[in-house]
Amino acid sequence: MLTSKCLRGVVTGYPLAINATIINITEVDYNPEFITRIIPKLDWEVLWRAADSIGHSDGLPQTIEPKFEENNEFLKKVHRVLLEVDIEEGNLVCPESGRRFPISKGIPNMLLTEAEVQ
Amino acid sequence: MKLKVLEGHLGEISGFTKPKVEYEQYETPSHIAAVALYTMQTQFEALESKLVLDAGCGPGMLSCGASLLGAGTVTAVDIDGESLDILKENIEFTEVDNIDIIQCNFLCPEMYRCENYFDTVVMNPPFGTKNNAGIDMKFLKMGLDLSCDSVYSLHKSTTRSHIQKRIKEWGVKGSVIAELRYNLKSSFKFHKQHSKDIAVDLWRLHHS
Ligand SMILES: C[S@@+](CC[C@H](N)C(=O)[O-])C[C@H]1O[C@@H](n2cnc3c(N)ncnc32)[C@H](O)[C@@H]1O
Repeated sequence: MLTSKCLRGVVTGYPLAINATIINITEVDYNPEFITRIIPKLDWEVLWRAADSIGHSDGLPQTIEPKFEENNEFLKKVHRVLLEVDIEEGNLVCPESGRRFPISKGIPNMLLTEAEVQ
Repeated sequence: MKLKVLEGHLGEISGFTKPKVEYEQYETPSHIAAVALYTMQTQFEALESKLVLDAGCGPGMLSCGASLLGAGTVTAVDIDGESLDILKENIEFTEVDNIDIIQCNFLCPEMYRCENYFDTVVMNPPFGTKNNAGIDMKFLKMGLDLSCDSVYSLHKSTTRSHIQKRIKEWGVKGSVIAELRYNLKSSFKFHKQHSKDIAVDLWRLHHS
């Protein structure tokens, strides 16, 4: 899922750049009510750029349209990038420090070393 | 999903293989997890179609259960990579598809980037030992900061009045919504008895 990998970067240098070497698509049950409710919580620009950077922004508008909740096609696309597209192997890269956080088996490792914490 | 069915699924979930003392790794027993999650959903509609965070997810008893009860997505975070590998296996085994895993320190300041983001935060936090006294309260506070609605958390009943005090200080509302009995297996060498029953409270904290 892209949900955690771009929207709310958990380290300094937000938003993180995504380097994907392996991308997986898994089918996830579509829940329009849920998607409608989380769209306002998202930083749309960050999501769009993240999706675009890994080649999955097709048909995704750069800005959210008014009354998006009535547009089922749109909701389905958001569902797809948020929940179905996943980065299996790659890195999240902090644009400020260049620090890389590896993604392995779909799990990003955001732990900082002792030195970095200080 | 019926409680019995949920408990059945959770009973199949693998626990920690080599529990690490420093992270207080003991899994929530499947029965307790099932009752706790079932209560959250049936009494408070806290899971279905919600954005859920499992803080200190370990092998994912709570994450998998929340997903089985219809969570929109579950973000599962833990500091320990080995536990997360087990979680991956449990996810495949349980055939749930909307759990998003992140390895990180739940108490690091970067977590504030998710401030007020989640509808529901669930946790069975480390109780805190000599070396990290108060970590349970830090987990609870972070959970509150990251949620826009409520936090559900398991705590020894002996800490009840302490938690009540902290809730007042934080200016949030909270109450015990279930009293449970936790059979803490002697998974660590320094536990002398083979097993002992511990009374545990399921707390619900929410912003007023
Ligand atoms: C009591 S166990 C609960 C495991 C699981 N949630 C369950 O209910 O079965 C506490 C978990 O918190 C994790 N943990 C401890 N300190 C942590 C920290 N600072 N950040 C993230 N996870 C942590 C441990 O690795 C462990 O998996």
